[in-house]
Amino acid sequence: MPDVQSTVLEFVNKLRKRKIEGSQATAKCTVELLRSVISQQRVPHSNQASALIDAVKAVGEQLVAANPVELAVGNVVRRVLHIIREEDLSLATAAMAGLDLLDASDDDGEDDNCKGVGYSAMSAAVAAAAARSTLRPPSLQTLLEGTPESAAVPYTSSSGADSESKTADKSSITRKLKHDVIEGVNHLILEISGCHEQIAEQAIEHIHQNEVILTLGSSRTVLEFLCAAKEKKRAFRVFVAEGAPRYQGHLLAKELVARGLQTTVITDSAVFAMISRVNMVIIGAHAVMANGGVIGPVGVNMAALAAKKHAVPFVVLAGSHKLCPLYPHNPEVLLNELRSPSELLDFGEFSDCLDFGAGSGSPLLQVVNPTFDYVPPSLVSLFITDTGGHNPSYMYRLIADYYSADDLVM
Amino acid sequence: MDPRRGPLAVPKVRRVGFFTSIEPSPETPRPNRSLSGPAEAITSSSPLSDSPSGQFISPVQIPPSRHHSDNLASRAAPVPVPGPSAFRRQLANDRTLHVGSYNPVDSLLGTSPPSSNGEVSEDSGSLFGFQRSDSAKLSASFPNGGFDMTVAVRAPGESEAKVATASTSDGRKKNVEASGESESVATKPRKEKETRSLKEKTSKAERRAIQEAQRAAKAAAKGEGSKRAGESSRPKPSKPAKQPQPKKEAPQVTSSVSEKRAVSVEKERRMDVPQTQMQYDDKSRVDKAKRRSVVEQTESKNKVELFLHLPQYERGNQLPNLSSNIFTLDTIHHAVYKVGLQHLAGDIAGDNARCIAMLHAFQEAINDYTTPPMKDLTMDLTAKINGYVSFLIECRPLSMSMGNAIRFLKNQIRKLPVDLSEPEAKASLCSEIGRFIDEKILLADKVIVQHAVTKIRDGEVLLTYGFSCVVEMILLYAHEIGRKFRVVIVDSRPNLEGQKLLRRLVTRGLDCTYTHINAVSYIMGEVTRVFLGASSIFSNGTLYSKVGTACVAMVANAFSVPVIVCCEAYKFHERVLLDSICSNELGDPDAIANVPLRNNKKHSKTMDNNKNLQFLNLMYDSTPAEYISMIVTDYGMIPPTSIPVIVREYRREDLLL
Repeated sequence: MPDVQSTVLEFVNKLRKRKIEGSQATAKCTVELLRSVISQQRVPHSNQASALIDAVKAVGEQLVAANPVELAVGNVVRRVLHIIREEDLSLATAAMAGLDLLDASDDDGEDDNCKGVGYSAMSAAVAAAAARSTLRPPSLQTLLEGTPESAAVPYTSSSGADSESKTADKSSITRKLKHDVIEGVNHLILEISGCHEQIAEQAIEHIHQNEVILTLGSSRTVLEFLCAAKEKKRAFRVFVAEGAPRYQGHLLAKELVARGLQTTVITDSAVFAMISRVNMVIIGAHAVMANGGVIGPVGVNMAALAAKKHAVPFVVLAGSHKLCPLYPHNPEVLLNELRSPSELLDFGEFSDCLDFGAGSGSPLLQVVNPTFDYVPPSLVSLFITDTGGHNPSYMYRLIADYYSADDLVM
Repeated sequence: MDPRRGPLAVPKVRRVGFFTSIEPSPETPRPNRSLSGPAEAITSSSPLSDSPSGQFISPVQIPPSRHHSDNLASRAAPVPVPGPSAFRRQLANDRTLHVGSYNPVDSLLGTSPPSSNGEVSEDSGSLFGFQRSDSAKLSASFPNGGFDMTVAVRAPGESEAKVATASTSDGRKKNVEASGESESVATKPRKEKETRSLKEKTSKAERRAIQEAQRAAKAAAKGEGSKRAGESSRPKPSKPAKQPQPKKEAPQVTSSVSEKRAVSVEKERRMDVPQTQMQYDDKSRVDKAKRRSVVEQTESKNKVELFLHLPQYERGNQLPNLSSNIFTLDTIHHAVYKVGLQHLAGDIAGDNARCIAMLHAFQEAINDYTTPPMKDLTMDLTAKINGYVSFLIECRPLSMSMGNAIRFLKNQIRKLPVDLSEPEAKASLCSEIGRFIDEKILLADKVIVQHAVTKIRDGEVLLTYGFSCVVEMILLYAHEIGRKFRVVIVDSRPNLEGQKLLRRLVTRGLDCTYTHINAVSYIMGEVTRVFLGASSIFSNGTLYSKVGTACVAMVANAFSVPVIVCCEAYKFHERVLLDSICSNELGDPDAIANVPLRNNKKHSKTMDNNKNLQFLNLMYDSTPAEYISMIVTDYGMIPPTSIPVIVREYRREDLLL
């Protein structure tokens, strides 16, 4: 597959050169790339799922290595792997159910699966849900009546399922897996591109009349969120911290004004001064870690601390592709990226100061220009994701829904 | 011990805060110290220079501060030291000497054993003349007796002293009108007492009795209210029951005197209450101010609603206007005018620099001043200064420290003796201004450097924000004496003052890291100390400084890094402030709007007229006291909770009078 290989390389290069801005765009590109990888992957008759998983993993490792700080890439790769595993599992259970139909154990989940097999155009989402339901603990009724568990339950590892499925009716399943996986990936793409709307729908619950909202950095999610509240005839004011040295706040302010919101641009240093008059801080996350910590644009930690000091709610908006299953270690340094000093200092102006270290060998002047900031979970009041609002302490559980434990280490 | 003791109790001689020995030692030479060590100071003839603060006072003899009620006498009465007044002074000291106080005047007169040199230097940081003011104040409570010996620089003379005595009573009549008669009543017994006390030393019991009586009288005077104090001095009111009776006349004397003091202090009080700042959303007052204003100002179209109470004017259009009529305008002195323009254009930045520039301009203006015929110098000059000040405010809102300096100057004008000829008065004012600059700003900075440098150890990483000249001096001095440390300079838009500091430090060979304010929580992990400058510190401990200081202090606090604020005591202010909204200054919004975005060229053009978009350029913010670990000031190193103490105990003696 030379063309896939070349697109992968092209994307890796883009990631490496930081050509793609924003985690949503990155996630989308990654998913589309993985879809083409999957669709072009030739699958053997046996062990289809592991072949797909291996292919996706190989590409995923390259992508993650290209930009380890862009956690969305890793997240999306894990999501795709999870989809493959789930589809495989659901197919296997369906096959088992087909065999065990006569058992008639009246398990709801298995009933669903039977129907699912019947419908050729069953959506991947339903399939995934069904697969999850097979992992469900036994219902209260089965526990009460002491009925023996159905044989479908103990499938946990994909390889086991694979070997079992071989014994099942092969011809009906082999074509289905790839098709279902691609369906699932398409669904993921829809989910990623539609997360803004999903999050924005909840805006009306959080923003009220005459509120003053502080935000910083430039995030499309925040923009849509605020505009959604504005469309519902809520009148409120927005303070935007300009976000030096990249000044993305100015871009956000421009868009907000274009949509008719009352916007005031403040310097980053005035965040503490203004926070006492702010009702809510809303920011878009770069990534959300499993412990509920947030990686956001630089300066976020300052705003979070100030909000905490003044008991102002600190709300983080994050699409599900930003939920990272990793627990951070020293995130301020390890999950950060230093940008060019030229954004802070004019080299021409300071050229006479830059070469002072001649004696000791190390320069006297260093410039630190980090891109991200880490907010510990204790400073976050609320996460708003496309599935609703959540506490920081709940994020680990939410994340467990999206990823399988096998993929955490790639 | 006495619950009814009024709040006007005589300030005790007390050390505040922690003190480091600032005795110059061989391995720690002082930087750019123009004056020499204590040896030289001792050789000077005046007893004043022997006081511990002598080593900090510049070669130009700086007259010490005086208490408010004796200023008339002290200014006009240069008396040679060993004259008769010295005895009286000794007496006065003897009577009300406070427990535990170390009084250099005493030691000079031999009543107490001379203190060792070490002691002196240890005390030196704290002793900016308050002992002197203590004794001066005591002498002041004996109206004609208490000549201030500290103005010995001027040529002493018998005749002059006599004139001064006469003028003193005149001046007092003017100053404390109501109590004029009571003075004559009080004079006689006092004379008697003085002669007696010269012969026999007052016993300890007697002294205590006098103190007791003074205190009681003060409480009584306070109770009667300031208005009636004048009359009440004649029919002696019944003294509080617990007052002891060893001497009949002494209580009377002291009570009338202290009542007079109560009156004048009450007046001071009223004057000292800081005027409420002009609120710019008050239409009528703004209109009134506009009619008087020199500077043409157009209100900005796109105001930030939250800050309607602050002036929001269009920038850039006043300057050409003003500079064009610099030669035609005659109501404003050209020096003041120049400073105003510099403030407007932002050529002078930094509180100290602005304050010094303003004071120099006032000095020049006073030098060129001539009292118009049929007018009083005090009144007319004050009006003139008021005009200058409002002009300066129009150019740029005053900083707190400038407000303090102006109050000082007005007080000096008000306290001018009436009989002083115009050239003399002008010279005295100019020297007072010079003294203020030297002592309150330049010397204070040096003292702060001496204190703060003890907090820098080898291997530390110091963080500073923006550009503060005191902090710069501290860092350079620490580098000079060989401390090995690294500096992190945090900067913020739009002024980017940190780059100036960065350049200066790097050229001097300091190891610097430069970053912007957003990254402060990234860099704070490696920082061991934060040094901050201040624009003002309010009496609730709130630090009022360049915007962003609060952010830095907050992050430092979150990382458990100590925050050290360096601030000269003249910047302390008795106002209180809770947030950064109520009192602030707005800078040019265009400075925010113009950002070096690559794809954003036409941004400001198209967006300027949009009503929904505002740019807010706050200049200051207030840092809550809980984020501040320590304040280094010219009185030593103190916690933020001690600010009201400093303001209360030192302000009257030191700054205002």
